[in-house]
Amino acid sequence: MAIEILMPALSPTMEEGTLAKWLVKEGDTVSSGDIIAEIETDKATMEFEAVDEGVIGHILVAEGTENVKVNTAIATLLEDGEEAGEAPAPSSEPAAADSTPAPAQAKAPEASTPAEDAPKMNLEPDWPEGTEVKQQTVREALRDAMAEEMRATEEVFLMGEEVAEYQGAYKISQGMLDEFGSKRVIDTPITEHGFTGIAVGAAFGGLKPIVEFMTFNFAMQAIDQIVNSAAKTLYMSGGQMGCPIVFRGPNGAAARVGAQHSQDYAAWYAQIPGLRVVMPYSASDAKGLLKSAIRDPNPVIFLENEILYGRTFDVPVMDDFTVPIGKARVWREGDDVTIVSFGIGMQYALEAADKLAEDGISAEVIDLRSLRPIDYDTVLASVMKTNRCVTVEEGFPVGSIGNHLSATIMEKAFDYLDAPVINCTGKDVPMPYAANLEKLALVTTDEVIAAVKQVTYR
Amino acid sequence: MAAKKATPKPNVSGDTLKNYYREMLLIRRFEEKAGQLYGMGLIGGFCHLYIGQEAVVVGLEAAADEGDKRLTSYRDHGHMLACGMDPNGVMAELTGREGGYSKGKGGSMHMFSKEKHFYGGHGIVGAQVPIGAGLAFSDKYKGNNNVTFTYFGDGAANQGQVYETFNMAAIWQLPVIFVIENNQYAMGTSQQRSTSTPDIYTRGAAFGIPGEVVDGMDVLAVKEAGEKAVMHCRAGKGPYILEVKTYRYRGHSMSDPAKYRTREEVQRVREERDPIERVREMLLTGKHASEDDLKAIDKEIKAIVNESAEFAKSSPLPAESELWTDIVA
Repeated sequence: MAIEILMPALSPTMEEGTLAKWLVKEGDTVSSGDIIAEIETDKATMEFEAVDEGVIGHILVAEGTENVKVNTAIATLLEDGEEAGEAPAPSSEPAAADSTPAPAQAKAPEASTPAEDAPKMNLEPDWPEGTEVKQQTVREALRDAMAEEMRATEEVFLMGEEVAEYQGAYKISQGMLDEFGSKRVIDTPITEHGFTGIAVGAAFGGLKPIVEFMTFNFAMQAIDQIVNSAAKTLYMSGGQMGCPIVFRGPNGAAARVGAQHSQDYAAWYAQIPGLRVVMPYSASDAKGLLKSAIRDPNPVIFLENEILYGRTFDVPVMDDFTVPIGKARVWREGDDVTIVSFGIGMQYALEAADKLAEDGISAEVIDLRSLRPIDYDTVLASVMKTNRCVTVEEGFPVGSIGNHLSATIMEKAFDYLDAPVINCTGKDVPMPYAANLEKLALVTTDEVIAAVKQVTYR
Repeated sequence: MAAKKATPKPNVSGDTLKNYYREMLLIRRFEEKAGQLYGMGLIGGFCHLYIGQEAVVVGLEAAADEGDKRLTSYRDHGHMLACGMDPNGVMAELTGREGGYSKGKGGSMHMFSKEKHFYGGHGIVGAQVPIGAGLAFSDKYKGNNNVTFTYFGDGAANQGQVYETFNMAAIWQLPVIFVIENNQYAMGTSQQRSTSTPDIYTRGAAFGIPGEVVDGMDVLAVKEAGEKAVMHCRAGKGPYILEVKTYRYRGHSMSDPAKYRTREEVQRVREERDPIERVREMLLTGKHASEDDLKAIDKEIKAIVNESAEFAKSSPLPAESELWTDIVA
């Protein structure tokens, strides 16, 4: 049986081409790898090689023919001992591609979109009532979280710039080298791209790395490894190869460090499927979420804030306190407006709520805590109650978390809204150095108050 | 290295040599078939064939032990076949079907097998290099004696993260073998035009990493160099670099017309340095196999490859619900 040589597709988008030149004639013997023709695509002239061995029987499409459809028979190839016989008529239509077996019917997708049922607010406390609490800084809470998890699991280790002997650039890892030794608390050279890739490889190899970035501004050097390698591999491997890893460090503006050290990456990372993104405000959230992040089988972006490191909050005294990823916290219940924020934005949100209360405006304040997945239900339930919403974050305005929440609220709770949602964000400028300009660039409590008054028509 | 060398006496048994022949031939025939399926529109996107480079992976796999890891770039079909992954699963991934190693969700450039310790299949040039060192880091951390073969090309050898990785692999003494598959062209740019040093392996010297150059068209030379590198790593002496001089016969990807080199250049390598022909000659002159024996192997390989193509065509498209699975664990 003669083999038909078909017009090949020679680029991802080619549908037809010109058979520019035959380099063999009928009766020629060819073996696999021999160039038999030149084919012009829209982009280039390609050499076309024989795949099978044999003798060229008939050339069905003459050289110079244009618009030859992919999969049209262009020649026949005779195998050992075959005769050429009658030339078959060249099929004018391309051979029907093998019928592709149909896939199973689609199930309803489980995208991270809000539930269709009436959303319920999550008001469960993070720890049981009556639990003893102690005062702790965010810095201490983060260290305790890492140390507790490292005591519990040998596979957990910490790596980053200055995390070991220097005790952490912001002293988060104070004392950890002493307790865990240099095998598990590892100083890296200043080489974010490289050590992030190494940590991702270590996670593929079965370890649970915690990578500290001195700031997330420096993680831009490594963002290919975070997004392309850590976040996508589980999907690309059909579920075989997960990447249990935590990337943590300060994010956003500190004070007077200028444009290259002040960016908030919350919205960037929150966009990536395959990542989990958390951004705690309080010390208890810092601790409980970091412990959950270290145990999570997925790559987690853990966004801290330098200004918050020294702030003190209540932290429950419990053997194993965790906060689940994906659950918002209602800091303050109210009836007139919902203020949604996260990270240091909460400072402005809570200050604004206090001042608004003096004016008789009752604000409900929600700390998202997790930005991927987002607890849409809590936000929507609150907006359905208050009918107004203001979002607060420090990042740039375009494509912000607030933008996304506004769109979601519009889709899911449009009829409940009594005013357009307002997004309070950082300004659309690189962070300036001058003290007065920096203040102007950041979101402020006064701006939040003004936005609330606008949506409440006061 | 252009001239054909006298066939050396193999330092392996005839049966072993026959196995190398079989494994290299499987890769070549598989890739030819993949090229054909691409031409028929059954394989989409980018498809980078390994034809010409077969001796590299077959030689190095001969130096590997159970538990050793490997990973490479997007030119990965040969590596997967050489480490024992199922041709059906690889081909079905190329056609984007349910039976593929990644259930059709990865494609030619993104495939993995935990079982065979194959860690990808990476589409970003050079990104696999620190990941490979990280796998070696995990082995050292766990205290086992495994090594990781981290393959990359002469093009990737110019990426910054490669040298960040060399530095850390050296200071942490990681058991990683950096295999630079130098096929002389980074897509369409010759090594001469893109790379400051003609000998890439010497770049390890700046980090105190030993390296050597290997004839990548000679499976036995590759195996020998691989064994030396493995021994170095297992002895706890840290990383090792092998620059394996090889050649790809096909374009960079299926849509590359390869106008940056002459047809004669390709033809000369095929005729004078082909890694499979070389072993074939050794088998015949050493009387380890007859023409008939080799024909039988050819037939056996053809059957395996045809079966993989049939499987890849008949395996169904992934269920539409697969769109939403494996995003997070």
